[in-house]
Amino acid sequence: MDKIKVTIDNRTVEVAKGTTILKAAQQLGIEIPTLCHFELEGLNFHNRPGGCRICVVEVPGRRTLAPACVTECMPDMVVYTNSPRVLNARKTVLELILSDHPADCLNCSKCGSCELQDLAIRFGVRENPYVGGNHVQSEYKVEVSPSIIRDMNKCVMCRRCEEMCNKVQTVGALSAIERGFPAVVSTAFGNTLTESPCVFCGQCVAVCPVGALTEVDNNYQVLRDLADPNKKTVVQVAPAVRVALGEEFGMKPGEIVTGKLAAALKAIGFDYVFDTDWSADLTIMEEGTELIGRLKKFLAGDKDVKIPLMTSCCPAWVNFYEKHFPQLREYPSSAKSPQQMFGAVAKNYFAEKINCKREDMVCVSVMPCLAKKYETGREEFKKNGNPDVDYSISTRELARLIKMFNIDFNTLEPIEFDSPLGESTGAAVIFGATGGVMEAAVRTAYEVLTGKTLPKIDFEELRGLEGVREAVVDIDGLKLNLAVVYGLGNARKMLELIEKGECKYHAIEVMACPGGCIDGAGQPYHHGDSSIIKARWEATYRADRELPIRKSHENPSIQAIYKEYYKEPCGHLSHEQLHTIYFDKKTRVDEE
Amino acid sequence: MANYKYHILICGGTGCHASQSAKIKENFEQLLKEKNLENDVQIVGTGCFGFCEKGPIVKMLPDNTFYTQVKPEDCREIIDEHIIKGRKVERLLYLDPKTQEHKSDSKHMGFYKKQMRIALRNCGFINPENIDEYIARDGYKALASVLEQNDPEATIEDIKKSGLRGRGGAGFPTGVKWGLCRPNKADQKYMICNADEGDPGAFMDRSILEGDPHSIIEAMAIGGFCIGATKGLIYIRAEYPLAIHRLQVAIGQAREYGLLGKNIFGTDFDFDIELRYGAGAFVCGEETALIHSMEGQRGEPTFKPPFPAVEGFMKKPSNVNNVETLANIPVIINKGWEWFSSIGTEKSKGTKVFALAGQINNVGLIEVPMGITLREIIYEIGGGIKGGKQFKAVQTGGPSGGCLTEKFLDTPIDYENLVAAGSMMGSGGMIVMDETSCMVSVAKFYLDFTVEESCGKCSPCRIGNKRMCEILDKITKGQGTMEDLDTLRNLAKVIKDSALCGLGQTSPNPVLSTIDNFWDEYVAHVVDKKCPAGQCKALKKYVIDPDKCKGCTACARKCPVGAIHGTVKNPHEIDQAACIKCGTCIDTCKFNAISIQ
Amino acid sequence: MEKIKSLADLKKKREELQSTLQLREMGDNVDNMIQVKVAMATCGIASGAKQVMETIINESNNRKLPVVVTQTGCMGYCYAEPTVEVKKPGQDPVVFGYITPAKATELVEKYLAGNEMLDGVIPVNYEKIDK
Repeated sequence: MDKIKVTIDNRTVEVAKGTTILKAAQQLGIEIPTLCHFELEGLNFHNRPGGCRICVVEVPGRRTLAPACVTECMPDMVVYTNSPRVLNARKTVLELILSDHPADCLNCSKCGSCELQDLAIRFGVRENPYVGGNHVQSEYKVEVSPSIIRDMNKCVMCRRCEEMCNKVQTVGALSAIERGFPAVVSTAFGNTLTESPCVFCGQCVAVCPVGALTEVDNNYQVLRDLADPNKKTVVQVAPAVRVALGEEFGMKPGEIVTGKLAAALKAIGFDYVFDTDWSADLTIMEEGTELIGRLKKFLAGDKDVKIPLMTSCCPAWVNFYEKHFPQLREYPSSAKSPQQMFGAVAKNYFAEKINCKREDMVCVSVMPCLAKKYETGREEFKKNGNPDVDYSISTRELARLIKMFNIDFNTLEPIEFDSPLGESTGAAVIFGATGGVMEAAVRTAYEVLTGKTLPKIDFEELRGLEGVREAVVDIDGLKLNLAVVYGLGNARKMLELIEKGECKYHAIEVMACPGGCIDGAGQPYHHGDSSIIKARWEATYRADRELPIRKSHENPSIQAIYKEYYKEPCGHLSHEQLHTIYFDKKTRVDEE
Repeated sequence: MANYKYHILICGGTGCHASQSAKIKENFEQLLKEKNLENDVQIVGTGCFGFCEKGPIVKMLPDNTFYTQVKPEDCREIIDEHIIKGRKVERLLYLDPKTQEHKSDSKHMGFYKKQMRIALRNCGFINPENIDEYIARDGYKALASVLEQNDPEATIEDIKKSGLRGRGGAGFPTGVKWGLCRPNKADQKYMICNADEGDPGAFMDRSILEGDPHSIIEAMAIGGFCIGATKGLIYIRAEYPLAIHRLQVAIGQAREYGLLGKNIFGTDFDFDIELRYGAGAFVCGEETALIHSMEGQRGEPTFKPPFPAVEGFMKKPSNVNNVETLANIPVIINKGWEWFSSIGTEKSKGTKVFALAGQINNVGLIEVPMGITLREIIYEIGGGIKGGKQFKAVQTGGPSGGCLTEKFLDTPIDYENLVAAGSMMGSGGMIVMDETSCMVSVAKFYLDFTVEESCGKCSPCRIGNKRMCEILDKITKGQGTMEDLDTLRNLAKVIKDSALCGLGQTSPNPVLSTIDNFWDEYVAHVVDKKCPAGQCKALKKYVIDPDKCKGCTACARKCPVGAIHGTVKNPHEIDQAACIKCGTCIDTCKFNAISIQ
Repeated sequence: MEKIKSLADLKKKREELQSTLQLREMGDNVDNMIQVKVAMATCGIASGAKQVMETIINESNNRKLPVVVTQTGCMGYCYAEPTVEVKKPGQDPVVFGYITPAKATELVEKYLAGNEMLDGVIPVNYEKIDK
């Protein structure tokens, strides 16, 4: 590759042709501040509108300052990142951005993890000539949806959410409207997110640098119910939470904190601390059986059977096909997501077992996800208005809860989850990473179909962080074409293949978020550092390896519940409690 | 077969159209029928004559009589007198403001005398909806010869040598632009015409499209041939319905003659043109924003590179030229680059069309050779300042330009000189201001426009311009401080230095140039709380002279807010805190006792 | 409609069409043209001014002379109708009386094309308002 030399702040560095000034400076250890620029390296997401102008640098000979994030290095270019002209412009631009941003940092849910706040700290903006007097601030209505709060008064027009929503997720709910000072990112016609094509994947929240897009906070409802002596509180924790929560307490990314997590939940006062991993194993039994059933029909030449089977664990993905491809909604598995399976088991089987009335049981889930909040509110997951899962809180909310309860997370003694809904396998843990559900399903399907023990439990071919992966798995001569995708844009490609009748796969796993649930919208903010996601991903497979049982069908607690309660996977009772149906929720705007 | 002895040209430009020129045409037609003169007199609807202030214009040929401000009811007199009796209708002739003489031949009018019409050559001369008239004026000859020569590189070279530069404002050499696009290989390339004329007050592109649409079609085909594009797109604002109609008619006629479509002039060159409508956003005149808008995206600019020549419409190599630029192309080819480059200054060749407006006697569209001075434009073509007032400044370049003072009146106009003077060529808006213009308000006027038209993508333009506007507003209300002026100047510099696109980078020009040239006026607003031009309402003070006031109470009775107090036959007083400065009292007072301080 | 297939086609077409605009092209340059005014009031028309005007136009066109022909009202020389006023660039106007079609051809041939004076010149005895 062509190499060129550039001199930045009087130091010379050699970079590949096409390298931006920002990247070249990073090689020299010069951190040019940015705001709108955002990149998830290796995860196919970059936002480079060159719009905030915080990163401007001086290139002698150029008429104007150059945005470092989009300006490519030229041979023998000379750049100054800290000249008086640059510093004045950068500070002025920051003052301008701050002048149209509410100064309510103390009340802002993004306080402490806000990138604009970091810039304000870095530049020490004390007095702002553009605030007060006749200087106005934009005013927009705040919208609270089931998952996401949109407070566009805080929007800095970085357009990350727009890029994510349109280019990566192809959802098309958010885009810039208006022009000039009132320009802002919004839904079409100012509709609510629920009315819009939004699927609540929450990736807009994950990338928002400020508090314009945040999660709905359910902590206070959880606290209220914890304090109610008449309520039995049951909590479940999703697989991806245990590889990320530690970050909120200063641990390095990729720490597995399963035991501490259980201990913290106990200390907070939940009566039963259970694990969504348990219901992930249950999901494999149901979904795996459904896959085998469909495959058998398919191989027998049944033309009506829907192949490929698509996974249905991801609630944003479910929303996506209900809102954007309702005509294909029979392809995904009818199995509920692990969160909802858990809720159904908790409020039926377990409530009965501990002799607790449904209304007196409060089921809380801790999820890496914001779409889970929406999912808990689905009418089909309620009985007489009482939901199977009462509240879903994010990893971030749990971290706040732990801090609120004065728990020193770092020194907590790890404990086990409660029984019976706490035992799980390595197959369930890997649900948190892209490809995990498929691998878990294959581990079980192989052994169920062939009756043989897997020669090698790790299906490396299904793992990875590329957005679309495919593998052929040989099940005793039966060659299964499998695909694993994350990101709804990739999912759209799969659906379009199905629609055109060109899909060669037998099963497809879909996760909405980059890398799967480990980068869910409810996880600690990574601020564009994809090494964090990588570390969580590695931790997920490490956790799998470290567990004694690694196949869902070998989970003794799962075997027990089938024996005692459900009788068989995809049986009558499991259909009633563990499976669901999907609806046509196509939005009007989408049709036009 | 009719053997016309007279042609009556009736302006069908938007301005005259709005003043009933269609009705005038209808009346003439009816009268000719009535008088059985249909075979002697031809009625022609043309494009704009440029002298819009005096519209509707009716021109009589062959004697070249120029009638101004014609009303539909004047038609009978024109036929009876001019056609039948051979007598000019004097009251409809142009009255020279200086000499108070009637001028019948437009060639003798100051407004036209110094003009040189290249881009506007056919405007007001041919019927834009008749391709035959265009062909009779050497139309499509340039295209034919370029295709016959079949050496696109040579044609590009000719355009380069002609010195033609982009007339949209920035002045990038057109031949160079074509040359950059040509080598880029792609299965499809696009020749795009930027007809998104957005400068307030500028309407030369519209006039060309309305008056001579074929010249644009021909030039686009030439450009398409040179860069290797077979598709042409015209991005035109939907607010130009007449121009759109004329273009549609012209494209249809060109297709019928085989001048658009497959195998043009029997060669293997295919070219066709489609229209794309813009919603009239100023920023969509910026080429990347224009392309995004055509693609159905939000109309906002993106960082260059990649340039459109490499990655343009639908990510294909594209070339974007402004309407006026294109209008010059066929003439350059027909008359030769040497001829074109002999007009103008060293670095700016040819002519430029300006929309002359403001406090000036002759308002309209003019085309002048580069290198002409502002003085010639204002005092000869423009006929001087209206009402004999004092010249104060001339604003060029629209919202991206600046205000030039008296000291620049003798500077030859070209791209470089205007920039050096703190303004720019822009698309050719030229607004002349007299002593009654407040320069702070002028700066605010332009900034209001930019604030409205900013796409909102980059922070300096989105927020910075709004803040500048707020500070200017504060100053015009007499609440400004000297610190505000420092803030304003810094902000203007930073926006110029850090905004994303040309719109943002030039938006502070009106502020900077007025601060530079009229610093005292800013200080007067801030320190003395006075508007020297007497324009800023908040700084006006209405006072009653007790010596002149007779105590008639008329003013007090008329004052809408009851701010005038006093008893009958005693001098009255105005309560300054309550006064809303509406001026009703001045109009009411019969004794000239009230004045503005 | 016939397609234009070559440069030659276009040239042919242009030549055919050019005459339609000739009148306007002349008007654009009226100061350098010979201006001919034919008196076309009742008296003039009665004496055959229409035919005279046609003749002058056709004869001038045939010779490709830079002539602008307009009609005008009664010049007051009703006794000498049809009357024709000719103004050459930079010269004072000359009025000719008793112009028949045959005389008109002669006028074009001799005075307009050449500079040979004809009989029948009427001395001008009025001032005009339009210059």
